[in-house]
Amino acid sequence: MCTTCGCGTTDEVSIKKPGELSTMVRDLHVHAHDHHHHDHHHHDHLHGHGHHERTVIEVEQDILHANQLVAERNRGYFMAKNIFALNLVSSPGSGKTTLLERTLADNKDRIKFFVIEGDQQTMNDANRINRLNVPVVQINTGKACHLDSDMVHRALLQLQPEPQSVVMIENVGNLVCPAAFDLGETARVVIVSVTEGDDKPIKYPDMFAGSQVCIINKIDLLPYVQFDVQKAKDYALQVNPHLVFFEVSATTGQGMDAWYKWLEEQLSNQNNSH
Amino acid sequence: MHELSIAMGIVRIAEEAARKNGTVAVKAIDLEIGTLSGVEIESLNFAWPLAVQNSVLEKAEKRIHIIPARAECLECQTRFDIENLFDPCPRCGSHFIQILQGKEMRVKSIEI
Repeated sequence: MCTTCGCGTTDEVSIKKPGELSTMVRDLHVHAHDHHHHDHHHHDHLHGHGHHERTVIEVEQDILHANQLVAERNRGYFMAKNIFALNLVSSPGSGKTTLLERTLADNKDRIKFFVIEGDQQTMNDANRINRLNVPVVQINTGKACHLDSDMVHRALLQLQPEPQSVVMIENVGNLVCPAAFDLGETARVVIVSVTEGDDKPIKYPDMFAGSQVCIINKIDLLPYVQFDVQKAKDYALQVNPHLVFFEVSATTGQGMDAWYKWLEEQLSNQNNSH
Repeated sequence: MHELSIAMGIVRIAEEAARKNGTVAVKAIDLEIGTLSGVEIESLNFAWPLAVQNSVLEKAEKRIHIIPARAECLECQTRFDIENLFDPCPRCGSHFIQILQGKEMRVKSIEI
């Protein structure tokens, strides 16, 4: 069993570009596992030897230490190439992919984008991005409910993003688990849509606490739903007083300019600091 | 179910510590889990048997030490127990707070 993603032998992580054959899956998985030590299959249990003596060994190690190490490696890769990397997180159906598509379509002439798509199954999202002629790699996590830094690391090796570009990482739709896994991103963007409850920020506080930006999507539907934008913002600010908000409709384009402006500002700040 | 990944992370750490100390079976493992760590103890317990199968932890006793969360107000420096990330400072009501402890997810020690 894979110690990184918790996947079993039947549910393997696959990382593919659109149009690639599924035979890649096997190779990649073998590659992904060859650094693990599976010697525990050969353990003999030494019953009777020193059964009553107990030695305490201080370990003092973070459980997600391995993820953190690779996340920092990704972060170093991004910094060295002057890449601005965003981790997009939300519940399923918030319009993450539509928001991403619109952002790419409206800005790809000015900004060089690379995309990593994360879903449990299917190439659907990567195919959507591929239609915009933006380089994309799809991670299928199998059973895992989140992306981890090792998956992103392997995806980056395939994607080969160029210096001065923006890497958009669309996480698995899930407001809980991805909160615990640093991918090495420059900033995390949490997306909520007005068809959800306005109390999402306090129901799933970890995700809002760990994000720098909150995009409220589908605001064109506000006349038809019981979503109080101010209330949602107030809740989110209780969890994280530093959050920056954008109210947008990725479908109609309303409010998207402010988000693009923020993106450009971040890029120019980053370029100036080098 | 990221608790399965958490459990597998624990197994990985224990395997390494056991190997370094020349043993193939761990008798007990002590974990420190903060109340704001995002780890559901129940889910972790559920994922545990699957995760430790055929590992050095297969027969190990698992002891979880819960670390209660504490925060400090960045406005008035009051230190207080905190239950939720959105709890305000009990003295001045500010949300500008810093978590002091309670986010831990740590393997403290193993017994071999």
